[in-house]
Amino acid sequence: MTSTLESGDVRAGRLSSAEYAENFSDLHPPLDRHEALVEADRCYFCYDAPCMNACPTSIDIPLFIRQIQAGNPVGAAKTIFDQNILGGMCARVCPTETLCEEVCVREVAEGKPVKIGELQRHATDTYMARNLPHPFTRAASTGRKIAVVGAGPAGLSCAHRLARYGHDVVILEAREKPGGLNEYGIASYKSTNDFAQREVEWLMQIGGIEIRLGQKLGDDFEIEDLVKDYDAVFVGIGLPSAYALDIPGSDLPGVESAIDFISRLRQTEDKSTLPVGQDVVVVGGGMTAVDAAMQSKLLGARTVSLVYRRGREQMPASRYEQDLAAANGIHLIFNAMPSRINGANAVESMTFDYTTSEGGKLRATGETFEVPADQILVAIGQWMDADTGNLQASGSKTLERSAANKSPAPYNKVWVGGDCAYGGEDLTVTAVEDGKIAAESIHASLAG
Amino acid sequence: MADLSTNFIGIKSPNPFWLASAPPTDKAYNVERAYEAGWGGVVWKTLGEAGPPVVNVNGPRYGAIWGPDRRLLGLNNIELITDRDLETNLREMTEVKKRWPDRALIASIMVPCEEKSWRDILPRIEDTGADGIELNFGCPHGMSERGMGAAVGQVPEYIQMVTEWCKQYGKLPVIVKLTPNITDIRYPARAANKGGADAVSLINTISSIVSVDLDSFSPNPSIDGRGSHGGYCGPAVKPIALNMVAEIARDAETRGLPISGIGGVNTWRDAAEFIALGCGTVQVCTAAMTYGFKIVQEMIEGLSNYMDEKGFETIEDFRGMAVPNVTDWQYLNLNYITKAKIDQDLCIKCGRCHIACEDTSHQAITSLVDGVRHFEVMDDECVGCNLCVNVCPVENCISMVPMATGETDPRTGKTVQSDYANWTMHPNNPMATEAAE
Ligand SMILES: Cc1cc2nc3c(=O)[nH]c(=O)nc-3n(C[C@H](O)[C@H](O)[C@H](O)COP(=O)(O)OP(=O)(O)OC[C@H]3O[C@@H](n4cnc5c(N)ncnc54)[C@H](O)[C@@H]3O)c2cc1C
Ligand SMILES: Cc1cc2nc3c(=O)[nH]c(=O)nc-3n(C[C@H](O)[C@H](O)[C@H](O)COP(=O)(O)O)c2cc1C
Ligand code: SF4
Ligand code: SF4
Ligand code: SF4
Repeated sequence: MTSTLESGDVRAGRLSSAEYAENFSDLHPPLDRHEALVEADRCYFCYDAPCMNACPTSIDIPLFIRQIQAGNPVGAAKTIFDQNILGGMCARVCPTETLCEEVCVREVAEGKPVKIGELQRHATDTYMARNLPHPFTRAASTGRKIAVVGAGPAGLSCAHRLARYGHDVVILEAREKPGGLNEYGIASYKSTNDFAQREVEWLMQIGGIEIRLGQKLGDDFEIEDLVKDYDAVFVGIGLPSAYALDIPGSDLPGVESAIDFISRLRQTEDKSTLPVGQDVVVVGGGMTAVDAAMQSKLLGARTVSLVYRRGREQMPASRYEQDLAAANGIHLIFNAMPSRINGANAVESMTFDYTTSEGGKLRATGETFEVPADQILVAIGQWMDADTGNLQASGSKTLERSAANKSPAPYNKVWVGGDCAYGGEDLTVTAVEDGKIAAESIHASLAG
Repeated sequence: MADLSTNFIGIKSPNPFWLASAPPTDKAYNVERAYEAGWGGVVWKTLGEAGPPVVNVNGPRYGAIWGPDRRLLGLNNIELITDRDLETNLREMTEVKKRWPDRALIASIMVPCEEKSWRDILPRIEDTGADGIELNFGCPHGMSERGMGAAVGQVPEYIQMVTEWCKQYGKLPVIVKLTPNITDIRYPARAANKGGADAVSLINTISSIVSVDLDSFSPNPSIDGRGSHGGYCGPAVKPIALNMVAEIARDAETRGLPISGIGGVNTWRDAAEFIALGCGTVQVCTAAMTYGFKIVQEMIEGLSNYMDEKGFETIEDFRGMAVPNVTDWQYLNLNYITKAKIDQDLCIKCGRCHIACEDTSHQAITSLVDGVRHFEVMDDECVGCNLCVNVCPVENCISMVPMATGETDPRTGKTVQSDYANWTMHPNNPMATEAAE
């Protein structure tokens, strides 16, 4: 815990232990068997199902729901894992309201989609709880060695698919635990009971994957080393660095990156030891911002304001998440951008400019307002600061997805995917799909 | 407000909804609750001979099949006739009839196929004040192995003989309850008619094994690891019952024989369908056993509302109206041509119509039009089979539209004819009497 936070009215232990337990339990308690059967009955087993087309990993949703309905949740889980080996985590964290459930024909018909995410969780949880043998067997060893950099969803998905094909995979991970943002980023009420680590252990049962922790690209090794030692390389290092605010007062104690705040929260077993402000301001409009705001509130902050510089419609967080935040008492403020952080020795308040947008460009209107704050969490985006050597980068934020393995030798042996790759939505499920596609491509190139 | 009262072979009841002979009518307690709830009549649970009553199994008696949301569609039972003493039943029937004089009370009877057995029991029934008797020739399990129930109902000569005894030795109207476990329902119905029956009721339950336990490999319901066939009833059997009712209603020999319709009546609509096929009353068992007696309120209100909407003042106003429209396949008009039409505003784009037609029928529904998910019937392929209508989850989203005379059917290129032409006249029929054009 950073000492900078022990300022203003930032303190731990605001709630009773019962309140902490309640606040950090599952957002959606898992469906029991009866609930799952009732829900599964609602699925129409659509032809060329829209939900399936909307799933970035193309899970055969009608099939797995029918398997649940027919009393075969284990088969349902296999259907899911076949397309998405992190189907358990995705069932918990996918913004289904903007993916499969948004296009479910029952959403179209009645405004009530089949609860695909919760059914997926029912199936995958059932499978994992039964301690059944791993659903896939590894093909005979090919003797090929592949390095995967980063043990996030992209890297894990890539590694598992490669291992299925019989390749030997070494995952090089900078941090002390695998899982990437599943472990350090996802809101705690979405992934309870150490699920991220349990899922990694379960995934490793395929065999043929070695994870080396504390190995950082740029510090401990370079892409050039990997290209020499391995038959192929996959880079899935996410976007490890958060953008900081650059306004007067942003170095005052009490200002922190939302990512760091969440990561600390995820790694603290006893939430009552976590300090939180009386009045918290979160700056940003994505999932990270909403999660930081939600979790500040759940830690007992009295007021939490979420300030986004554009309008509600532009906000990257879905309407469902906005409503979840509002329902939890978070004050959503739109069309306002930070201009100043005020305070003598620590944060006391924050001043914003109202904005208007002209031809897509934001402009301050000249009108300002001030929000009292003793803690400010900054969630205005992340970027990739790792030294990726000669890998072709697109701007400073991400690696060019296609450029890598189309580059001249030896970079034609490098694949890139997940958040660190340019374009696409930054979601767990898209990272899983990236890893899977890369693995198929690597496998094809090695076979050819 | 429509008048639902019925006079069925002289037996009056305030509405046509009777409870069939089964557990809901096994004793005074149930029957009085049923009358309180509004049931027009009950057929008391089948009585056996005086002396020690039959015994039931002491393990599970029922099995079921379900639709979505575990809605019970079919029920199977291995229960026997009443396992209560005859004297108790007769005493309770007497008391109940006294307290509820305006409701129908019918005694269902099953005794051995001997003249004396029937002669002995008939006066005992009359003493209770019951309005009529129903002869249970239907029970497909347990009793049939003792030469009763379906064992009698499957032999037309026995039906006629027992019916004659009942008419000869008894004063009450006789309803003969038929078993569906035969090849052609007209034979037992004709036999009942010949024996002088005042009416028939049908159907009793259908012999069935409802499911097999895949752990113990016993049929369900399983009694200590073994099971036997039972009798099947509930919504799933309605189509079978309707057909059998229609067969009797339009048979030259039995036409006009009063019918009490039984089998899968679940709502007012089911009841109205039985009435349209000629039934004077309907009997209900599974629906009551699933939801309790209160469902009769929906049935009464629904039927009365339908009759008001149609301008029918009494049940007789529409009873039997569907009978003339039941015919044999060979008389169906082959010049009647329909095409499926999808209402695009109602369509939720599930694609079920497409895949059903594409995989299993006539490849007549699109799935993509100009690269967009779109389901539309291609008239030049559609044979008008109605499969898509049946698989569509949205009611009335697909309708079958008849083609007008003079239009060209894009599938066959032929002009739609106005005249009626059936198979008996068709050129492809080697036995055709007169060839159509
Ligand atoms: C707060 C927050 C909440 C989110 N909530 C959701 C959500 O609810 N639903 C959802 O779908 N998505 C959510 N996301 C997005 C999602 O977590 C990411 O899109 C996803 O984790 C990306 O996977 P990845 O494998 O590309 O990267 P990461 O998960 O970031 O994994 C990258 C891995 O690489 C390691 N690494 C980094 N640099 C190096 C290096 N130089 N050398 C070696 N290893 C390195 C990292 O330590 C990490 O383990 C959220 C993100 C955040 C930040
Ligand atoms: C548990 C059970 C017991 C039954 N017992 C009798 C009986 O004793 N006598 C009889 O004539 N029919 C008996 N039946 C048949 C019913 O009276 C009725 O004919 C049949 O269930 C079809 O109607 P339904 O679809 O409304 O249930 C029984 C049915 C059930 C479910
Ligand atoms: S769109 Fe909805 S109803 Fe159709 S298959 Fe998917 S989940 Fe089932
Ligand atoms: S009516 Fe039959 S042939 Fe015509 S579209 Fe429907 S399913 Fe196909
Ligand atoms: S089955 Fe019905 S709702 Fe589904 S696509 Fe066809 S017409 Fe539309």
